[in-house]
Amino acid sequence: MDMPAPNPAILARKARMVQRLSEVLPPDAVIHDEAETRAYECDALSAYACPPMIAVLPGSTAEVSAVLRICHEEGVPVVPRAAGTSLAGGSLPTADSVILGVSRMNDVLETDYDNRVIRVQTGRTNLSVSGAVEEDGFFYAPDPSSQLACAIAGNIAMNSGGAHCLKYGVTTNNLMGVTLVMMDGTIVEIGGAHLDAGGLDLLGVICGSEGQLGVVTEATLRILPKPEGARPILVGYDSAEVAGQCVSDIIKAGVLPVAIEYMDRPCIEATEDFAGAGYPLCEALLIIEVEGSPEEIDVQLGMIKEIARKHDPVELREAQDADEAARIWLGRKSAFGAMGNINDYMCLDGTIPVSALPEVLRGMEALSKQYGLDVANVFHAGDGNLHPLILYNANTPGDLEKCEAFGADILRLCVELGGCLTGEHGVGIEKRDLMLVQYEAADLLAQMAVKDVFDPAWLLNPAKVFPLAVSETRRAVAAE
Amino acid sequence: MARPETEQDLAEVVRAATEPLRIVGGGTRGMGGAGTPLETGGLAGIELYEPGALTLVVRAGTPVAEVETALAAEGQRLAFEPMDHRGLIGGGGTPTIGGVCAGNISGPRRINAGACRDFMLGVRFVDGTGQVIKNGGRVMKNVTGYDLVKLMGGSYGTLGVLTEVALKVLPAPAETAVLRLRGLSDADAVRALSAGLTSPFEVTGAAHAPQGPGGEPETWLRIEGFAEQMSYRTGKLQGVLAPFGEVEILRDPEETASIWRWVRDVAPFHDTAGDVWRISCKPTEGPQIASRLDAAGLLYDWGGGLIWALLPEGADARARLGDFGGHATLVRGSGQRFHPEPAPIAALTAGLRAKFDPKGIFNPGLMG
Ligand SMILES: Cc1cc2nc3c(=O)[nH]c(=O)nc-3n(C[C@H](O)[C@H](O)[C@H](O)COP(=O)(O)OP(=O)(O)OC[C@H]3O[C@@H](n4cnc5c(N)ncnc54)[C@H](O)[C@@H]3O)c2cc1C
Repeated sequence: MDMPAPNPAILARKARMVQRLSEVLPPDAVIHDEAETRAYECDALSAYACPPMIAVLPGSTAEVSAVLRICHEEGVPVVPRAAGTSLAGGSLPTADSVILGVSRMNDVLETDYDNRVIRVQTGRTNLSVSGAVEEDGFFYAPDPSSQLACAIAGNIAMNSGGAHCLKYGVTTNNLMGVTLVMMDGTIVEIGGAHLDAGGLDLLGVICGSEGQLGVVTEATLRILPKPEGARPILVGYDSAEVAGQCVSDIIKAGVLPVAIEYMDRPCIEATEDFAGAGYPLCEALLIIEVEGSPEEIDVQLGMIKEIARKHDPVELREAQDADEAARIWLGRKSAFGAMGNINDYMCLDGTIPVSALPEVLRGMEALSKQYGLDVANVFHAGDGNLHPLILYNANTPGDLEKCEAFGADILRLCVELGGCLTGEHGVGIEKRDLMLVQYEAADLLAQMAVKDVFDPAWLLNPAKVFPLAVSETRRAVAAE
Repeated sequence: MARPETEQDLAEVVRAATEPLRIVGGGTRGMGGAGTPLETGGLAGIELYEPGALTLVVRAGTPVAEVETALAAEGQRLAFEPMDHRGLIGGGGTPTIGGVCAGNISGPRRINAGACRDFMLGVRFVDGTGQVIKNGGRVMKNVTGYDLVKLMGGSYGTLGVLTEVALKVLPAPAETAVLRLRGLSDADAVRALSAGLTSPFEVTGAAHAPQGPGGEPETWLRIEGFAEQMSYRTGKLQGVLAPFGEVEILRDPEETASIWRWVRDVAPFHDTAGDVWRISCKPTEGPQIASRLDAAGLLYDWGGGLIWALLPEGADARARLGDFGGHATLVRGSGQRFHPEPAPIAALTAGLRAKFDPKGIFNPGLMG
């Protein structure tokens, strides 16, 4: 993955930048020592690393504004960072950039149950937003698997999803307002506790813009009353086709589970070795969860079981209590850990129309043979979001490159079948150079036109999302 | 007037245009201001409908009714419950799906299911230079690049002419029940709606009419689901609402549907004189904000967060409201339709319009 060469003129200004930033921030909030900036050299796409020139940790919107104004005046690129769990390299620095971390801004500013909103500073972790309202019977719905670590700022930038978004939607569907600091330091309030935008839906385009339009410092989020209960069932099939058909039949029948998760055989085998959840060793395993009162759950699971049985499952197991429910989820939740235990892995994130599942799995199998690398699949089946995990060995020269080429081919296949390159992890640097597989140049120019308006100098996270060749002229202007 | 039959032809019309165009979907709202009408009705038809994947791809000029019929045949629906403006505006026309998406038109179920924009998965549109652009796709999860889909939803044609939209659809629940309270003050009604909405029983409609269909105040909460769910949830909600008065439960499909149609289409203001304003605010503040209006008629939806107000012709609702942390749109009447925006937001809006419509030909004058 290429990154633009650092601008020597900016590197030469490091001392001045440190001094100017120190004038607006507390001493411990400006990190410039080379040993310490290493802490910010990568995110969860750790194959790529580069320490920034400086990292700053402002404590308020006003401080963020002051930092951005200085960087804007000095023409220094800024890479916003929250918890650094991006799998796409979204918060990867360049050597001439300032990392702007919001991790110190993690207060709850207001909870308003009657209006079903919470306002937080965006450095707050996803799980602790739910944590703040849990005792009063509420929760924040988007639940990325990284929710213990990842922060709302990153969730907004990536429009993150989770296992339960089939029912509750992703971040954009649960975001009501933001405080956005523009690259020139201007502070803008967009949206709030009211339900829809007054003019253009700027909030809609800010969410998912990967830190390229402004720095989000506060957010108003929709919170929901917790359902009375939830219960999963586990269904195993000996063919991907049949499992896919079962998912489609459940949806067509009008039952809307909160989650339908899918694991394929390689994934089941790996997690069984690792976590011993007692999964059947079959081709396709579904975990389907529904919510409501115990009686309501019985009714819904009754309908689902009836449909599932029509397709001849090799196993159908319903959780009878909380313990069994936890066991059913155990394997799925440890899937990534299990893979990490076997080998290095790369986690992909393409989406396909649900009906294309068997085809994409067949395609992946063929590619796996061609590249000589194993792939295992976990999959949000209700919404078609695939997570193929390609196993490779980082110590074997050439393996990473082979793995990336294999991954790119899988994503091309997703697009060919009517899907997209990324369902929830974002483009970052990882899928940047594949954007032209999904979009025509004109489509990308339209997206870049939005950045031109918000950040005319292209200083915010400039080397991400768009293929470098496509964004080159714009970035070149910034570098002058 | 132009009425192209294909996206390519539409793009050609836009490319050649030197004077303003007024983009007309079904023409039910008489919006768009001056300019040569550019009708989208020639771009009609469902391109793809996969009930098992909850996805629909449809050309922008397709009548909403045609979409709803196709979905109903599979037991599905547009969950955001788009309003039909014809009765309120008093005009004719046939609402199109493109018009609904361009206006981000959502009805009572918005409070629970989300707005129209939340169901938009992908768009194709023609920008102001005649360039065809696509964004998003047909799958439910997609974060590939910027979300121009949301930007187009609610842009009222000011950034481009929609030619095709992909929508997420949902199963239509088997049954509906309505809990009705009578005689509540606006403030108590909104408290009751909040109580319902903060319960775990998934209220999918929460409205209050100071003057209901019978002239007296009526407050309604809706739940939807499968048959076995209805009695359980209505029973629980009856308990939640008990402090506010006697709760009636309505289960008749015709009757419940007609209540929500009445709310959705703002029926109390049909065949009335005066301007109609639509005010979006923090739900619990609804009654207090509405009281500043001195309105001839009011209707609250979205738990109090959406106020429909009938005012004398030419009255300036915004002046009456003062600052209130929301916005007021003039839906019927002449004057500035959209709420003026703070300077930095207005600058972003103007910047986006200049990028997407450099000739300034799309619905000039609309949206600031
Ligand atoms: C084990 C694991 C599991 C995961 N599971 C999921 C999952 O289930 N679903 C899912 O969607 N993702 C998942 N992810 C990916 C990742 O957690 C999400 O993308 C998350 O939202 C990133 O949040 P973060 O706080 O770590 O952001 P960072 O990685 O710090 O940053 C992410 C992006 O946000 C931008 N950004 C950060 N702060 C701001 C700000 N204040 N203003 C503007 N832009 C900003 C950055 O520039 C960057 O582009 C997973 C990651 C891991 C490691």
